[in-house]
Amino acid sequence: MTVFLTHNKMKLAFHTLRAGEGPNLLLLHGLGDQSPKAVPAAVESWPGAVYALDFTGHGESTMPGGGGYTAELLMGDADVALAMLGRATLLGRGLGGYVALLLAGARPESVRGAVIADGHGIAGGGDRPGPTIVRGVPERDTTPDPFALVELAADLRPAEYAEKFVGLACAGSGLQRPISIAAKSRPDWLKAILLGPGVVEATLEDALRYYAEASAS
Amino acid sequence: MVEVEVTIPEAVSYPGARRPDRHRWVSSFGVKLASCEWGDEDAPPLFLVHGGSDFAGTFDGFAPLLADAGWRVISWDHRGHGDSDHAALYSWDADVRDALAVLDSVTPDAVPVAAHSKGGGMMLQLAEALPRRMSKLVVIDGLPSPDPHPDVSDHEEHALNAKNLSAWLDHRRTAASLHRKPGTLDELAKRRKRMNPRLDDNWLRYLVTVGARHDPDGWRWKLDPAIRMGGFGPWQPSWSLSRMKSLEIPLMGLTATVEEEMGWGTKHEQLLPYLPTGARLIPFQDTGHFIHIEHPREVADLLLEFLS
Repeated sequence: MTVFLTHNKMKLAFHTLRAGEGPNLLLLHGLGDQSPKAVPAAVESWPGAVYALDFTGHGESTMPGGGGYTAELLMGDADVALAMLGRATLLGRGLGGYVALLLAGARPESVRGAVIADGHGIAGGGDRPGPTIVRGVPERDTTPDPFALVELAADLRPAEYAEKFVGLACAGSGLQRPISIAAKSRPDWLKAILLGPGVVEATLEDALRYYAEASAS
Repeated sequence: MVEVEVTIPEAVSYPGARRPDRHRWVSSFGVKLASCEWGDEDAPPLFLVHGGSDFAGTFDGFAPLLADAGWRVISWDHRGHGDSDHAALYSWDADVRDALAVLDSVTPDAVPVAAHSKGGGMMLQLAEALPRRMSKLVVIDGLPSPDPHPDVSDHEEHALNAKNLSAWLDHRRTAASLHRKPGTLDELAKRRKRMNPRLDDNWLRYLVTVGARHDPDGWRWKLDPAIRMGGFGPWQPSWSLSRMKSLEIPLMGLTATVEEEMGWGTKHEQLLPYLPTGARLIPFQDTGHFIHIEHPREVADLLLEFLS
């Protein structure tokens, strides 16, 4: 079932992949991607409900004109879904993994763990600004929005910035390890947060099991 | 680019203030920007860029001084500001892209630009990206600062803390249903006085008639309610300082000496090591953030001399 949530002027497609009792799992897709149509095999063992959100400019969500994408905007997208769920564990692929980290820091009492998995857009625009470019794209009326691809592929991910969100997640979540890295890729921001407290490497299955148990306790 | 006439309501009068001679729309990838001009259409172009939460009409006192000196003065309302579209998305990079769309709508040649506050930071970025697009740049209390104030808006990391984050997200959750609070002309002027405490009450009343719309239940600022000061992001102020150092076009910076709510927080002495070769930096004593509104004639004369 799909319903549309309102985030400012956007309508976001919010998919219930599996309804049910127990802890909520929210899937956040990668750059240029969209939500899966069914519960992925890798999360089949999750004991509760499974949901997925199409970010702005992706999947069935609104395709705005004129660009203006940032990872923080997408954090706002995910937060609207979190408002609907109350509490949830986040599983993000690529860009969705970075957004999961941001939201884990911003809403530490509501996010019961964030799992970062490999996917498109995980590195963003790197750790430091490169050559300054003013970007425009040919207009198009179907998702994924070319502006999303261009702007979010260049969105900066400084290590210090990511570390602040980890710090906020540690301070407010009550979890020993609020962030789990199931990804194999290691952009600078991911390498940096792995050196600090609150972040562990784990298989997807182990990370989800840990957060399911933490949500039940 | 689409050009149509914009209907603008009559403003109350203020000594020296003059509404633009022409209005037209500029499309930036589908976002309609309200552009306006003062002076002879055949005169050489000069662009004015407003700051965060402002609008092109805040140049109604300053721009005529430049137009009367022989310039075609062009400005525009940033997306979400003044009469421009309330866009679905806002970002620093989108504002810079919109600025280029307005420049491109007038000429492909290198042009002089004078920019206030956040507009100054935007135009420094554009000057770095396209070093031949601008001939000279004047920044009015908008040069980078190691400790920027809220007007810098949405991409600096300095305001990143738990309280600001949750407040920003709470705002996003309700942004779709937000409306500007209506009030009398005097009430809106009084509200703006809190942000612009040094400006003349009659000037602020004038601004209401330009930057607000008159609904049946009162005046409302046109600024998109989804826009909120005090944002955050990954950008580090030191990167902007480095960017300024590499600027290759002539630069003149004017700095305020009295701090204000909307001020940029720029300290004259902190900037000196980062100025590009040949840049001029002029502090205005006993002056707040809106230097060109407090001292329009003096700033116009400096600018005209710099452009000559």
